[in-house]
Amino acid sequence: MSAVAVDCAGVWKFYGDFPALRDISFQVPEGRCLALIGRNGAGKTTLLRILAGFSRAGRGQTKILGSSPREADARSRIGFLGHGIAIYDELSALENLRLFGKLYGLPDPDHAARHWLERTGLERVRHGLVREFSRGMRQRLAVARALLHDPSVLLLDEPFTALDDRAIAVLQSVLRDALAQGRTVVMSTHQLREALELATDVGLINRGRLAFHGERTPEMITDPGWVYARYGEA
Amino acid sequence: MRFLQQVTVITTKDLRAEMRTKEAINASFAFAIVILLILSFAFDPTEETTREISGGLLWIVFTFAGTLVLNRSFARELPNDCLDGLLAAPVPGSALFLGKALANYVLILAVELVALPVFGIFYNVRWTRQFWPLMLVVGLGTWGLTAIGTVFSALTVNIRLREVMLPMLVYPLMIPMLLGAMRLTALLVAGQPIAGDDTVWLRLLFGFDIIFTALALVLMETVLRG
Amino acid sequence: MRQKVIIGMLALAAIIFVRNLYAISVLPDEVNQGQIFRIIFFHVPAAAAAMTGSAVALIASVLFLVKKDFFYDSLAVAVTEVGLAFLAVNLVTGSIWARVIWGVWWAWDPRLTSALICWILYAGYLILRQALEEPTQRATFAAVYSIFAFTDVPIVYFSIRWWRTIHPQPVFFSKNGSFPPDWGRALGVNMLAMFLFYAALTMIRLRQEQTQREIDYLRRTAHAI
Repeated sequence: MSAVAVDCAGVWKFYGDFPALRDISFQVPEGRCLALIGRNGAGKTTLLRILAGFSRAGRGQTKILGSSPREADARSRIGFLGHGIAIYDELSALENLRLFGKLYGLPDPDHAARHWLERTGLERVRHGLVREFSRGMRQRLAVARALLHDPSVLLLDEPFTALDDRAIAVLQSVLRDALAQGRTVVMSTHQLREALELATDVGLINRGRLAFHGERTPEMITDPGWVYARYGEA
Repeated sequence: MRFLQQVTVITTKDLRAEMRTKEAINASFAFAIVILLILSFAFDPTEETTREISGGLLWIVFTFAGTLVLNRSFARELPNDCLDGLLAAPVPGSALFLGKALANYVLILAVELVALPVFGIFYNVRWTRQFWPLMLVVGLGTWGLTAIGTVFSALTVNIRLREVMLPMLVYPLMIPMLLGAMRLTALLVAGQPIAGDDTVWLRLLFGFDIIFTALALVLMETVLRG
Repeated sequence: MRQKVIIGMLALAAIIFVRNLYAISVLPDEVNQGQIFRIIFFHVPAAAAAMTGSAVALIASVLFLVKKDFFYDSLAVAVTEVGLAFLAVNLVTGSIWARVIWGVWWAWDPRLTSALICWILYAGYLILRQALEEPTQRATFAAVYSIFAFTDVPIVYFSIRWWRTIHPQPVFFSKNGSFPPDWGRALGVNMLAMFLFYAALTMIRLRQEQTQREIDYLRRTAHAI
């Protein structure tokens, strides 16, 4: 029986009095990959940001590997990739990774940085300033940043959106390796095919509620719209 | 001592990024010189009375120029959602505050240390007679500005009209500190030592810095993560 | 029920004020100042009410940050807005007094100067709120600002007082002068009426703020459909 990596219990999020998330409860055991699908504005990003410790749930609790992500230590085991790449344009690729390596308290930030630059195919441009990178290169660097500190849980917000082919390949390869190593992934997505290929579980967020949560079946890959049609908008 | 390491990392990051672009610091230098110039038109520098109050005028320059640096402090985290990267890291709000505040402090002090000789030239004042006490006062006063300004930089980063809101919220809070800093600076620039009744202002500056730094350290997490 | 309480408080405050007006008008003229001294019976209670209001605002702000209950945010806004109005009364009456006694509209009296700075501080609170749209963020940031502002108030007061000992300025009612006992009674009565008035206005504003929140919520819900 594997441990629970991500635990969401009765989470509500309010903007003023308006509930953006309503009573979200689910668990993701270690080693699984949950794909969160849903319309824009359904609440996927809000949920991911709460899981990553960026904001506070109005009601309910979230636990990542047993502790609240609002505690600093818990965040050292979380890797987050949001809409923005969270990389500094004025610094070089290597400087960026070294910076985050030190922030995460890695014993050898340099080594980790170089390893991930190689893994994402950016070793050659490690001294280049990020502002000169192409979009695909920036995305790959963002992936490197998210995985630099060997996180046990990966939280990704629409990671495949607007990636070029090379970046998609890198990301898929990295995620497959991560899952093979027993890490846990929660990702929101519009790119149903790329994400569903990796996913073991699927969740549908509809107007702030978790309308569906279950195992990813082969039908979902051949007909990605199936879940929406079945459990989505009335 | 991970806290200190994180603070150092953030401070060096901000300073390195600023040195590469020099956006805030150049604007700040230029602004300081321009204000000094305009003030010399407003208050005739050749008058003896003006030279006596001139130390107070310096703080107008420092505060306005400092605001440019402070505004940039969290604004530089907006492109690419870099702030998310910092928030996702195991860095407590207090470390983020201290790291950024120290970087801002260095930058604002740099501008002030350039503004002082320029002021000395425009106003024909020998401001170095009480040099070390003056450095103490400038240092204390600047920290007060920086501590409050850094918190409010985070608070206003997503507000429209951020460049106006930041000074508008920070300056009234700083009035007591400005009172003391202006008084002491005018005294020291005129060559007189801090003595007797005026030491109360020094204690005010210390107290102000300690109280608001403590408040900032505690409340920064709330501002960043709600 | 609440409305009856509010009306009751307003009526009581009005009655007390009116009755006290008579008491104030029959007091003999002050030796040095003539008629104008009577303004103190409004000037001081307004300040006292405003200062109490700022303490309530602080408590409400801290409670909001701790409990995340929007009632405290609404209370903080209500109390601060009403306090601003009362502080304005304090400033205006002080200015009128200064004009009559010293011939200048503003004499940098330490208490009035501190009051002015506090007024600007809390006006900043309202301006900050206006610039923030999202209600939870608005309430959180406003609460943080309110804590900073309240911490600054005593520092402002003391620093202005020290500043004044270096540049002595004329002062209202320096305490070495005698304060006749019948003044004390009239002042106390007006103080009570002023606090009642403050509380009633705060409740009205609080109700309005809560209604506004409900409207915002209904609007958002409607848009989401």
